[in-house]
Parts: sequence; structure tokens; C-alpha cells
Amino acid sequence: MGLATREAYGEILKELGKKHQNIVVLDADLSKSTKTAVFGKAFPDRFFNVGIAEQNLMGVGAGLATAGKIPFVSTFAMFAAGRAFEQVRNSICYPKLNVKIAATHAGLTVGEDGASHQSIEDISLMRSIPNMTVIVPADAEETRQAVAFAAEYQGPVYIRLGRMSVPDLFTADYKYEHGKAVELVDGTDVTIMATGIMVAPAKAAAETLMSAGIRARVLNFHTIKPIDKEAIIKAATDTGAIVTCEEHSIIGGLGSAVAEVLVENMPVPMERVGVMDTFGESGTPATLLVKYHLTADDIVNAVRKVISRKK
Amino acid sequence: MSNKLTQEQVSQLEGHAQAIRSNIVAMVTEAQSGHPGGSLSAADILTTLYFAEMNVDPQNPGLAQRDRFVLSKGHAAPVLYATLAEKGFFPKKELLTLRKINSRLQGHPSMKSLPGIDMSTGSLGQGLSVASGMALAARLDGSDHRVYTILGDGELEEGMVWESAMFAAHYKLDNLTAFVDFNGLQIDGPVSQVMSPLPIPEKWRAFSWHVIEIDGHDINAIYDAIQTAKTVKGKPTMIVATTVKGKGVHQMENKAEWHGTAPSREQCELFVAQLNGVEKQ
Repeated sequence: MGLATREAYGEILKELGKKHQNIVVLDADLSKSTKTAVFGKAFPDRFFNVGIAEQNLMGVGAGLATAGKIPFVSTFAMFAAGRAFEQVRNSICYPKLNVKIAATHAGLTVGEDGASHQSIEDISLMRSIPNMTVIVPADAEETRQAVAFAAEYQGPVYIRLGRMSVPDLFTADYKYEHGKAVELVDGTDVTIMATGIMVAPAKAAAETLMSAGIRARVLNFHTIKPIDKEAIIKAATDTGAIVTCEEHSIIGGLGSAVAEVLVENMPVPMERVGVMDTFGESGTPATLLVKYHLTADDIVNAVRKVISRKK
Repeated sequence: MSNKLTQEQVSQLEGHAQAIRSNIVAMVTEAQSGHPGGSLSAADILTTLYFAEMNVDPQNPGLAQRDRFVLSKGHAAPVLYATLAEKGFFPKKELLTLRKINSRLQGHPSMKSLPGIDMSTGSLGQGLSVASGMALAARLDGSDHRVYTILGDGELEEGMVWESAMFAAHYKLDNLTAFVDFNGLQIDGPVSQVMSPLPIPEKWRAFSWHVIEIDGHDINAIYDAIQTAKTVKGKPTMIVATTVKGKGVHQMENKAEWHGTAPSREQCELFVAQLNGVEKQ
């Protein structure tokens, strides 16, 4: 296992803090969990805890950005995208302020805390706001590069990070290209499009399918907005069937973003692996992923189903 | 300026405030929508800030060292627009484009549209947080510019206001001065009846702010309170300004129904004449 993406976030933030004197980090009493405490220890003068007050977290971030600071604001995804949605919309995105929202503990794999803390709507909420950019890294290296990208990018960014350890998929020679899907496996029969922690099981599913004679292309969508239309249309054209995989509701996330592109450009059979419009519950991340059908086996089943629908 | 205004300066400021009030009435009438009551109640505060205190340059609206202003009660956009136009940020004739298609004068202030707007506001409760962030940035930069914001009394019902009240006091943002435009009325009626935010000064004192209570239409009092706030160390200052909603237009004064209603053209003529001291009956 590699690092959790939140761990990689804490590390790279500290590195970026040396390079960018304008980076200011804000947290809402979760700095040990979001890992912003790593930055706070290195740069106490540029770290501010706002307490349990996520709306103010976003507002203060906006104010800092008006003065040319690069605020990274962190809390759990539930509170960043959910509780503070309207502050993100009106005080950050509408004036297009340069605030970076790095939201951790996204998805079901928060685990034992249960449904109240399992954000499965945040991609949907964040990608619907004009001027917002949405990034969901799949592993530690991609997180490092995505966060470094966000620091250079002008405008609001939402970065979705996870609590649990995930396998390393990329090495230091990997190059993050914003808005470009990454082909991990080439294939011609079907395309599996995955984001975040679902990229690793998508790769595993492709291996299983290969042994059954099904050649699946695997694309990593680290950028949900702007979505890589070209890669989606090409996949539909080349493989004729698509399965999307995300640790998020099937409503409004990667599956929806892909479907929007397909119906307007190149409709092909499609299946969505995701949380089926239901709340989660307490449990270990592994048991939750099984119960809510977010495993490599579930992806394999979705692929078989979508292939059966090909004309 | 020195620590006290001369009578001549007060007269000049009153002239600006009168022009601003006339323009508020005219622009809301032309738009046939907008919020005249809470714009008129804040006119003397904005006049004093922009014409007697704040370091802003209409020719260079993006100056890093400028003082900042956040209209947290963003629905009072007409008073901000009329003040900025009076100050020379854009032509006064543009005021008549308020709320119309393709206008830079959006229904609520948009910083991307119009020079002189330091923050986009309109959704209540958010401005004080943003102003706190601006004040924090000024401190990080070692700049001595100040940040001003004005909240509505009804706005104090928003929970987020108290998150930022804690924040600004906790981080001792003494370069932040806020006003409450305490006109006592919100859309559905008196604030004391709808959802009482009273007692207002005591609440801010309890949140560890320095609190000054003034008559929000007394230009000397507004100016003096701003000067006092600049001397307070280790605390943000809240100036609780008792005001009259619709101030200056007798028919509008202290009437909640003028919160978000535009005058007719006939009323406008009457009201502007009244503001200009040429009473018509």
C-alpha cells in the first residue's frame, strides 16, 4: 500500500510552502486528519485554524485571495462541499477567487464514522458551479502533482482526497496533465473510466477481463472538470462501450459527466459503478466497498453487462 | 484630515450624501426594482468612509495599499454604486443601468464587473468573513491599510456572522472596522419581532470586539468613531450605527415595505425634490 492521498497532500503542501511565500493554509479543527498540520508546523505564521466554522473558512479564504494570497483551505469533503456550498459558490467561484479547497475524507471509505461523514455528493455539487475546477487524484504521486498544479493555476480548485491508504499507481516520472485523462491500459472491447480510489480496482478488473479474452481500456480521470471530452469520444468510437467507476453517488459525478458528453456526441452503451443513490453506513473501508459494490469484481460485472448491450 | 472635521468639511460631506441619496432613488426608480430603504440608511456611513477616510483612488482602483470596503449587506448595492460614481470611479449616468441586461451594475455588487468593488456580495452573512480574510492578508503583508465592512441588523441573524465575529477577535484583527446599519427593520418587519438580534452592542462586546455606539446619520459621530477604531489595539471594532431605514425621504422612513420596493416615477420626482430641499406637496 502507498500513502493515503491526504498524507501526500500534507507533504507536498509543506514543500510548496517553501517555494510560494503567498501560500496560506486554513483548517477547521481537523488539521491532524487533513494533514495541514504538517504545513502548520513548518510555517506557523501562515497557518490559521478557524475552528469548527466551515462557512467562515471559505469566506476568510476568499478575503485572503483578494489580496493575492494563495489560500489552501481544508476540512472534510462533507463540510467543504456540503455545509459551505453556498460560500464556495458566492464568495469564491462567482468572483473567481484563487482559493484551493483540498477536501479530505471523501466517499464511503471514511469508514467507521458512517453516513453523516461520507460525502458522496461533493463531485456533483462542486462541478456544477461555474468557474470551479474539480480534481480527484488516484494516488500519492498524482496528488503531489495535482496540488502543485493547483498552486500555479489561477482560479478556484476543488481537490478531492481520501482517508485510507491506496496503492501507488504512478512514479515520480509521471506527468500530471490537467484536464487530460490518462490511459493506463489500452484496449478495444470496452473502456473503463475511473477516478480517485477506483482507479486501482479498475486496473485490476482489466487484468481479470484480459484473462477472459476481453480487452478493456482503462482511463484515469483525475480531472472531472473540465472533463476530457476528446478521450471520452475517442473511447466510445474505438471501444463502443463504457463503464464509469467512482466512489461517489451515480448521480452527478464522473458517470454523469461522461454520460453528458456521450449523449451529445457519440451515444454508446454505458454502465455506472458508484453509490446507487443511497446513504452509506459504518464499517471498515474494505467492507463498505464490498457492500456498496465498489470492487474490481463489480467493475468486471458491469463490463460484462455493457458488452452484452453492444450491438 | 485631522482628528476632527471642520464645519466646512461636514457641509461638503452632507452635500455628497444628498447627491448619493438622490441617485439611489433615481436609479432604483429607473430599474423598477432594488432596495432603497437600506441604501438610504447607510448613505451617511458610506459618504464618510469614501470622502473623509478611505485611501482609494478612482484612477487606480486596484492599488495594493488601498483601504478595502466590503458591502456585506449587498442588497444595498445602490448606495455603493452611487457613492463610487460620486467619487469618480465611473460616470454617474451609468447609475441608470442598474439591474438591466448587460449592465456593470448588477443587482448585488460584482467585483468582476465594476471598478471599485472590492468583493462580490449579496448573500447575507458572508462579507465579514471576507473582510476578516482581507485584514489578515494586510497583516501578513505588513501593510497598514484598513478594511471596512457594513452589515445589516437583520443580517446578524445569519449564523456565519458569529463564526467570523469569533475569528476576527481571536486573531486580534485591529485593522478591521465593521458597522452595523441598525435601522431596526428587515423584509418581514421589525428585527425585534421577526427574529431579534438584540441587544446588538452587548453581543459584540461578548465576542470580544471593541464596540462604539453612534447615530449613523451624524457625520461627525461617524468620523470620530472611525478615528477611535484606528487607535484600538488588539481588537476589531464594531460601530453600531443607529439609523433610519429610508432616511431622507419622509414617506419611506421607518417603513419595512420600502426594503425592496421601487418608487413610481411620480413618487421619484417627489422624493428627489424632497432630498434636494425643494419640497413638493
